[in-house]
Amino acid sequence: MYPFNYHKPSSVDEAVSLFLDAEDPAYLSGGMTLIPTMKQRLAMPTDLVDLSGVQAMRGIERQDQKLVLGAFTRHAEVARSEVVAQAIPALAHLAGLIGDNQVRYRGTIGGSVANSDPAADYPAAVVALGAEVVTNKRTISSADYFQDLFETALEPGEMIVRIELPIPRRAAYRKFPNPASRYAVVGVMVAQFDNGVQVGVTGAGPCAFRASTLEAALAADLRPEALAGVDIPDAGFNADLHASAEYRAHLVGVMARRAVADLLAS
Amino acid sequence: MEITVTVNGRSHRLDVSPNTLLVDILREQLRLTGTHVGCDTSQCGACTVHLNGDAVKSCTVLAGQADGASVVTIEGIGAVDDLHPMQAAFREHHALQCGFCTPGMIMAAIDLVEKSDHLDDAAVREGLEGNICRCTGYHNIVNAVLSVAEAKA
Repeated sequence: MYPFNYHKPSSVDEAVSLFLDAEDPAYLSGGMTLIPTMKQRLAMPTDLVDLSGVQAMRGIERQDQKLVLGAFTRHAEVARSEVVAQAIPALAHLAGLIGDNQVRYRGTIGGSVANSDPAADYPAAVVALGAEVVTNKRTISSADYFQDLFETALEPGEMIVRIELPIPRRAAYRKFPNPASRYAVVGVMVAQFDNGVQVGVTGAGPCAFRASTLEAALAADLRPEALAGVDIPDAGFNADLHASAEYRAHLVGVMARRAVADLLAS
Repeated sequence: MEITVTVNGRSHRLDVSPNTLLVDILREQLRLTGTHVGCDTSQCGACTVHLNGDAVKSCTVLAGQADGASVVTIEGIGAVDDLHPMQAAFREHHALQCGFCTPGMIMAAIDLVEKSDHLDDAAVREGLEGNICRCTGYHNIVNAVLSVAEAKA
């Protein structure tokens, strides 16, 4: 790999200050995307600011009706956490579907949400649950956070410290994985709250989004059958060798129906 | 930069550059060549080692990330005359053809069996998703892992 500088701060303030002092830096969380990307020189930061030593970014905690996950919480920790299993079992299920075992021991929720890969799993949960992304300087609503392909509301140097997820009454996540990479060709989380049903979709568009047509149908009738014939507009959907935009739109309906069935059975 | 890393129980203080990968430390500096580099893109799992008790792909861990860590490689789990139960099971079940993926398969499989309450055929196949056998010899690998899991139960 090409040469770069490496820093390992122990606090959020130190991390931000190292970032702002460097020429073309990047934060390093689990590294499951960043390191392979750097090997291919698709990204070439001059400096890496490794966040593994920042204790304030660790931990899984339930606070009343919220589940609070430190940004550095690894996928395997979420998948196996008793606290998560009690609060939002669908989130533990989702975390256990990311990549493979080795990837889940390294990758973090903060890294996934910061990168906003269109096929990442966590963004579906962040939007479906209406989570708040807490950074070193502000709290960003999930409705404002995901903006476009690999584009978020994060400003240069701004870093995610924790993610706060409202606990739904019930939720379920289904994905159609790419058989080689396990990334979501399409993934759908359906979450039922006291005041409505929220549907988060990943994989289909440039970034995760709420599916309003599905939410309206499920608000009236929370059954898989209620989604039959509901229009899923595919304008702007991703199209590649794995799936056309039209096929992805079809998969959104299929995954949503399966998620609703799982939710009702939970 | 200088890092300290414990490998197979022995502590090493090493001078490395920031772009050094854990697998290069193991193979090039410590000459532990049992850990293989297959794809170098964190897909194939041939480079799997245990880092602080978890199976990870050592081609996707930087030297600085391994600073202070404890690493176990295929050389650290058994000896020729005293095989680890997983190594013995791979031999018993003929769970290898060319053998290139074997060190990574064994390290991933040990982690899987240690951390799973119940494993069946499907769970083993899912648990080894991060390891690719290019000879496609999965059937006997799964049988070997299941035999160790059953012995543990």
